[in-house]
Amino acid sequence: MTGTPLVELRDMQKAFGGIKAVDRVTIDLHPGEVVGVLGHNGAGKSVLMKMLSGAIQRDAGQILVNGQEARINNPRDARDYNIETIYQTLALADNLDAASNLFLGRELVTATGLLDDAQMEAETREIMGRLTPNFRRFSTPVSGLSGGQRQSVAISRAVYFNAKILIMDEPTAALGVEETRMVAELIDELKKQGIGIFLIDHDIHQVKALCDRASVMKNGKLVGTVNVAEASEDDLLAMIILGKMPEHLAA
Amino acid sequence: MSDAYSEPSQARARPSLFQTLEIDTRLLGMIGAFVVIALFFNFWTDGRFLTPRNIFNLTIQTVSVAIMATGMVFVIVTRHIDLSVGALLATCSALMAVVQTELLPETFGLGFGHPAIVWISIVVGVAAGVLIGAFHGYLVGFLTIPAFIVTLGGLFVWRNVAWFQTRGQTIGPLDENFQALGGIGGTMGEMGSWIFGAICVAAALWGIFSARRSKIGHGFPVKPMWAELTLGAIVSGAILGFVAILNNYEKPQRVIERAFEARGEVMPEGYTEAYGLPFSLLILVAVAIVMTMIATRTRLGRYIFAAGGNPEATSLAGVDIRWLTVKVFAIMGALCAISAVVASARLTFHTNDIGTLDELRVIAAAVIGGTALSGGLGTIHGAILGALIMQSLQSGMAMVGVDAPFQNIVVGIVLVLAVFVDIVYRKRAGIK
Repeated sequence: MTGTPLVELRDMQKAFGGIKAVDRVTIDLHPGEVVGVLGHNGAGKSVLMKMLSGAIQRDAGQILVNGQEARINNPRDARDYNIETIYQTLALADNLDAASNLFLGRELVTATGLLDDAQMEAETREIMGRLTPNFRRFSTPVSGLSGGQRQSVAISRAVYFNAKILIMDEPTAALGVEETRMVAELIDELKKQGIGIFLIDHDIHQVKALCDRASVMKNGKLVGTVNVAEASEDDLLAMIILGKMPEHLAA
Repeated sequence: MSDAYSEPSQARARPSLFQTLEIDTRLLGMIGAFVVIALFFNFWTDGRFLTPRNIFNLTIQTVSVAIMATGMVFVIVTRHIDLSVGALLATCSALMAVVQTELLPETFGLGFGHPAIVWISIVVGVAAGVLIGAFHGYLVGFLTIPAFIVTLGGLFVWRNVAWFQTRGQTIGPLDENFQALGGIGGTMGEMGSWIFGAICVAAALWGIFSARRSKIGHGFPVKPMWAELTLGAIVSGAILGFVAILNNYEKPQRVIERAFEARGEVMPEGYTEAYGLPFSLLILVAVAIVMTMIATRTRLGRYIFAAGGNPEATSLAGVDIRWLTVKVFAIMGALCAISAVVASARLTFHTNDIGTLDELRVIAAAVIGGTALSGGLGTIHGAILGALIMQSLQSGMAMVGVDAPFQNIVVGIVLVLAVFVDIVYRKRAGIK
């Protein structure tokens, strides 16, 4: 890859008690690129991504956005850099409707400072209409929606707020086959718009299908980053399980 | 596009009457329960329960618990609890009593009956309530001590701070202007009540139709015009009917005579005067409007409900849950102080046991009113209706001469039953 990366994470560190959850990890992401972040549970990939999204404060390390050092200490900071996250747990408030969730933390208000629910619903209808044209249940709590519908609320949120950098934490873990295909199409669409995506995923097939590069972590350390086109599924599995770069890929 | 995102295919039945009117069936159930209770006691007391006099008493008795119940909705919606509201009410009441009977008239030399006394006392009381509530919120939100423990401790502390402030004595009589905010001594009279009722009707109709206009403006579906009109008529009828009833509660002749004598006049023959709406009801209406606005139309309210539904998601959305907790408990504290105004003004004294067991009544009112202890669900009007149902049961039983222990036994059973019915209802309706 050439040009200034969209994001660079340099020497990121985070310890919980005596355990180094993330130990001097450096990875980057370019516009229009999907980088898989792989590893076992507890490898540190979610913690690494949460430092980028501001949900966890790093102990040490630098975050660069478009080559400039970014100050990210909480989720609001991350949003100011157009970093959006779609969490594994979806991060939706079940008791609120789609519009309230989509705008949570960034509500539209009228001139008097009161919530402009009608406008928010209109915007939600517009954006969700593009992603999921058959969606109708705008005024019921999202607890009543299917996994795919809930996922589309979460993705709509990222799209609506002009994400440049998108972090997806196992976006298809809770979805059926057809819904997974939908999300894959959407990722392709976002790529074409020049959005960079970090994709945390356990499904090697999906990583092969969706990602351009893959960064593998084990026990908090970076095993290495490979071009997915050059690595076989077995290579990726070997990196995840053994924590070593395959010889033919080691630079 | 695939079908995966589309609606589950279901044969759309013709919408029922209630669906067309978009009336919350849960709210309707509560109103129904209240009507049944009222008719039942009215029958049992040979018509004494639904007299203007008793409805007036019921109203002023409900106000204090109802005001606090609206704040308890926020507390419970954010998955906390506040066991200290009765004790906090006592502390605020004691403070305001000392301020208006000793501090201002004597220490500051304003003299008794000075018109500023009532307002200064209320400001001091509400400020104390906000500070104490915010302190509870700080302990819960920032120091992560469970709200149950913080407010259980608070119950002991504030009940006895009140005691210490007054050395256990009854303080009073309270300032006369202050007394007007509590009960029979402060009413709007016939004309004032009609005017207030008319304003309420106008506001309600404006609300219904401006919401409709806004929906049409955005091209959203609206309910048929006849449904809006029916709803408007029911609401207007209820408001004006209530005003008419309280305007039929006439002041006793000797009370009017004394009022004329005080002015040095003689009461004309055949002169009558009605009480109308009590000022304390106005306070409740104002609190209800403000709290409903906060709950449904502000960011604060949106975050309160979001945090109750999914605290982690709300926090990831950039909301500081710790500050939110401080704000919720501070609001609760302010409402305890306002309740203290109404409760002590009604008694015309501060008494050492004021507000005792109110915490349980307030929690019960919020829960009967549909606030889910699991968080995220609850309405302000539901809590007020819950308080009204509790009070009706209690005073109805007192009227028919049910012994005090049995009154409390019945209230306890009704609380558990109401929550059970609610659970069944939610399961049927598919609400989690």
